[in-house]
Amino acid sequence: MKFTMSWLKEHLKTKHKDSQIIDKLTDVGLEVESFENISSDLDNFKVAKIINAEQHPNADRLRVCDVDIGQQNIVKVVCGAPNAKKGLLTVYAGPGSVIPKNNMKLTVSKIRGVTSYGMLCSESELKLSDESEGITELKPNKYSDKIGKNFFKNNTEKVVDLSITPNRADCLGVRGIARDLAAAGAGKLKSILHKNIIKDGSQNIKVSITKDKNQGCTIFGSCLIKGVTNKESPKWLKEKIESLGQKPISAIVDITNYVMLDLNRPLHAYDADKIDKEIIVRNSQKGETFEALDNKKYKLDDGMCVISDQSGVLGLGGVIGGTRSGTELKTKNILLESAYFIPRSIRKTSKLLNIDTDAKFRFERGIDPQSIETGLHKASQLISEICGGKISKFDIQNIQQYKNLEIKFHISLFEKITGFKVKENEIIKILNELGFKVSKKKSELYLKVPSWRPDISQPIDIVEEVVRIKGYDNIKTIEPKKNRLKDTLNKQQKLFHFLQRAVASKGYFETVTWSFTDSKINNFFKENLKEIKIVNPISSDLDVLRNSIFSNLAFYLKKNLDRGFKDISLFEIGPIFRSNQPGEQLTVIGAIKSGKISRLNWNEKERSVDIFDVKKDLIQTLMEAGYDKKSFFIRDKSPTYYHPGKSGSVYLDKDDIDPVAYFGELHPNIVKKLDIKTEGVVGFEIYLDYLKDNKIKLKDQKSNFEYSDYQKSERDFAFVVDKNYKAQDLIEIISSIDKNLIRSIKIFDIYEGENIPDGKKSIALNVTIQSSEKTLEESDLEKINKLIITTVETKSGAKIRS
Amino acid sequence: MSDIKKIRDEYLIKLDNNLDIQSVNQIKTELFGKNGQISNSFKKLGSLPDEERKKFASDLNSIKEELQEKINSKLQEIEIKEINSKLDNEKVDVTLPEREIKQGKIHPVSQVIDEISSIFSEIGFSVEEGPDVENEHYNFTALNTPDNHPARDMHDTFYLDNNKEILLRTHTSPVQVRTMLNGKPPFKIIAPGRTYRSDSDQTHSPMFHQVEGLHIDKDINMGHLKGCLNYFIKSFFEIDKIKMRFRPSHFPFTEPSAEVDIGYELKDGKIVIGEGDKWLEILGCGMVHPNVLKNVNVNPDKYQGYAFGIGIDRLGMLKYGINDLRAFFETDYRWLNHFGFDPLDVPSNYRGLSR
Repeated sequence: MKFTMSWLKEHLKTKHKDSQIIDKLTDVGLEVESFENISSDLDNFKVAKIINAEQHPNADRLRVCDVDIGQQNIVKVVCGAPNAKKGLLTVYAGPGSVIPKNNMKLTVSKIRGVTSYGMLCSESELKLSDESEGITELKPNKYSDKIGKNFFKNNTEKVVDLSITPNRADCLGVRGIARDLAAAGAGKLKSILHKNIIKDGSQNIKVSITKDKNQGCTIFGSCLIKGVTNKESPKWLKEKIESLGQKPISAIVDITNYVMLDLNRPLHAYDADKIDKEIIVRNSQKGETFEALDNKKYKLDDGMCVISDQSGVLGLGGVIGGTRSGTELKTKNILLESAYFIPRSIRKTSKLLNIDTDAKFRFERGIDPQSIETGLHKASQLISEICGGKISKFDIQNIQQYKNLEIKFHISLFEKITGFKVKENEIIKILNELGFKVSKKKSELYLKVPSWRPDISQPIDIVEEVVRIKGYDNIKTIEPKKNRLKDTLNKQQKLFHFLQRAVASKGYFETVTWSFTDSKINNFFKENLKEIKIVNPISSDLDVLRNSIFSNLAFYLKKNLDRGFKDISLFEIGPIFRSNQPGEQLTVIGAIKSGKISRLNWNEKERSVDIFDVKKDLIQTLMEAGYDKKSFFIRDKSPTYYHPGKSGSVYLDKDDIDPVAYFGELHPNIVKKLDIKTEGVVGFEIYLDYLKDNKIKLKDQKSNFEYSDYQKSERDFAFVVDKNYKAQDLIEIISSIDKNLIRSIKIFDIYEGENIPDGKKSIALNVTIQSSEKTLEESDLEKINKLIITTVETKSGAKIRS
Repeated sequence: MSDIKKIRDEYLIKLDNNLDIQSVNQIKTELFGKNGQISNSFKKLGSLPDEERKKFASDLNSIKEELQEKINSKLQEIEIKEINSKLDNEKVDVTLPEREIKQGKIHPVSQVIDEISSIFSEIGFSVEEGPDVENEHYNFTALNTPDNHPARDMHDTFYLDNNKEILLRTHTSPVQVRTMLNGKPPFKIIAPGRTYRSDSDQTHSPMFHQVEGLHIDKDINMGHLKGCLNYFIKSFFEIDKIKMRFRPSHFPFTEPSAEVDIGYELKDGKIVIGEGDKWLEILGCGMVHPNVLKNVNVNPDKYQGYAFGIGIDRLGMLKYGINDLRAFFETDYRWLNHFGFDPLDVPSNYRGLSR
């Protein structure tokens, strides 16, 4: 909402300075976006300094000047003036400027082969004097510190631009703003001075509002103005319209706009001669069409509020008029409409047809239903004053009587909500100034809400009115109490934060990517989940919610590789989606690693990243989070986007149904299709929702500390097993032989090839044996040795390697 | 007696010479070997008369010990010398780079969320969460924003179905609704999380982060709201003096509503938060609207309180001097490295919010 101070003062008698008014506006909740001069064509003329002038290579009488136009901008300008010398302060006009003398618009142009950006102006070109011999010479003492500044003073009036919140329909007119300021003590609201008009004859175009279901119009006021001469608006009106950055059109249109901006009372003017007999306000029928003033043809749905005559639709009530009945300069007779349309109906219609107009914006927020006649009066008076014509009596049709809302307000509510006290008298005064009718019974106020405040419906709204007018500065600052109702984080949240930092500490950069992704990439990773389409995506490559954490990671991995980075470790912790229902999401950590370990390292051999790098990071992360590695169980099942032979899943316990994590190499086909160019891509995922809550608190987890002083022995074994036989099974067999004696098992070699039959491999392990009761003798060790060999051989079909 | 003294003196002098290990071992054999001089002297013991034997034995023993000790220290001396001479050839260039360091990083958004949680934890708030996918009811209607409300236009909503009933939450406020529906007052929570609006330019991105705050009890008024935010902003920006301005505004789910500005100035093109004469809007807040409380079965005659919503990304930008919001979500390795935080840098009350 824009307005000028002088316009405001037509409604507000005030001694406040502009700056005080600006502050007051902000204080009462009318946020000031800007308070500036309207930009003017003359802003293009700048004080400039010639810092160098050289002879034009192709023309004796021209010079090429380097001109300092401020803010460290130097431009080249070709100039024919004899006085264009180095060091001269002058006036520069940039491309796009219009020269006052001849109304010539400047462009960037080549003058005899040299490009000139703008022009240096003579006094006559600027209409300062008749001096046209050379360019303007400015006095250094006055202008040397003004380089880059506007040469001409901007004499336009400053315009206030307010950002009006959707509840404040009444402040979409200058008068409403004045009323708030007056209530806040910034002046006195002037009463509207109605110039008398002579109403002559009746409005003889019949108007009816049909009783359709959900009729969007409840009041339709109108009058005829006969014998007008539509013309260009007078200067004062044009300036008003222009000051708000709008274009004057014709007196009649400008007047209706002016009344709308002044009183927040939208009006519509019809060419009365183009109306076919009568006005019918009704619901549209499906398929009806009409051409609107934006020159677009609209096809209507049923149930939209239309203004029609016997031939069809004239306009969409409160939204936009139609071309068929529009006023023109030759229009002689006018029908002026001042109506009330229901916000819900306006919103529905404009949304369906995607129309946004000033009238729609206002009706949607709620127009004062009691401003019908005021609007007709003010506009018809101005029209007859400017365009002549005879005004008819006003015709007001309505299908519903407006009644002011009444609210019972207990004064104590104010202090209860705001924490400070305002005297009853002051509350009443503020409400009166805002237009409330107040009567008092005991400690209760009976309030009649003004018709222009549709946003006020209950006592809490009254609290807001009083506190914002009184000023939020009066609210005390109460120091926060440190009492706690429950733990800051629950277990799952603690886990989230712990894992996040645990993964990062393994050398991964955390990233945050969109929750949506490209369906083409998502397809590689979505497994059997349903694609979740976004109906109105921001772009076609962010068209679905992500089913997997990997789609964006893979995408950004490629982007960084393409930027020239080689060894990248990224992770994200965030949601993935299983369906489009609230709550059907999982929290997942996804980590991805590419390239080499120890690339170009002087003391370590470089190698490509592999599955055991990420397995280490994964297992270590889970251990750090408090899960017992001894009970982890690894399977070689994993989603299809992993390499089928080089990936696996982690279960916290062998008997668990759901894995808590996957790890492995990314499927080479996907790497190929995404055109990811690197030595290797591996990754892992942790599903936080499947991580069991460790119910035992740390303080109860620690068992008694026991250790053995007896000597421990180590024995090496090598078993030949089937190639697909899993090391994990071998370890499990051995460790379960005697949990008291077998302390640890380490695999130190895997071997295939010479001396090992085809389809077999050798697993070499080192077993540590120690008793907590005695020093084992050679015979004891021999016994356990034999037991290990026979047990492994019978349980796994392995053969000890001799 | 003088014999063994002679042996002692002779060998102590010998052992003072510059010897190698072999020579020392040779001496050892000469003295203590099977036919060594000391060993032989012991053999003599038996043939001595009783009165002499005792003294001789004692002298012999002390000489034996003295020589043994001398030999041991000589051996040690030689070994140390050998190590020292080896060390001269074992010098490495310590300026060569260490083995590969892989430093990880925490994203600024995560760091700021931890900072915020730490601050609110101090004044007794707990953290709640809600789903990113919401239905229209929780995101709008329950928050006193019915379908025909123009405030809905301020949220450019992503929809997941054609009926516009399922959407990506446009703010974290639905967590208020869920929290209150699932519990009983009092409530004292914050809810950080991802939020979505179909808007994209320098200052808007289709996904961003908000933290919602909600404090409902019997007597929580606007003064508590002011105090809470004042405390938060000072703690977050880690400065004692900060200008703060509450200004009336409008949100459908709070009444009265306010926007909060903080003072700043521009220094060398950088925003400095504190006491400058410019204002920067940083959050919206207000007293929870009675209609919202009714919608979640909380009696507005008994309970009241405040709610607020803060843009997390924006707070991070202001605190850490980050200019472009979109860069947060573009996963540029250089950016993550530059603005990311060390994983060990966990914001906490006792260690401080940031280094």
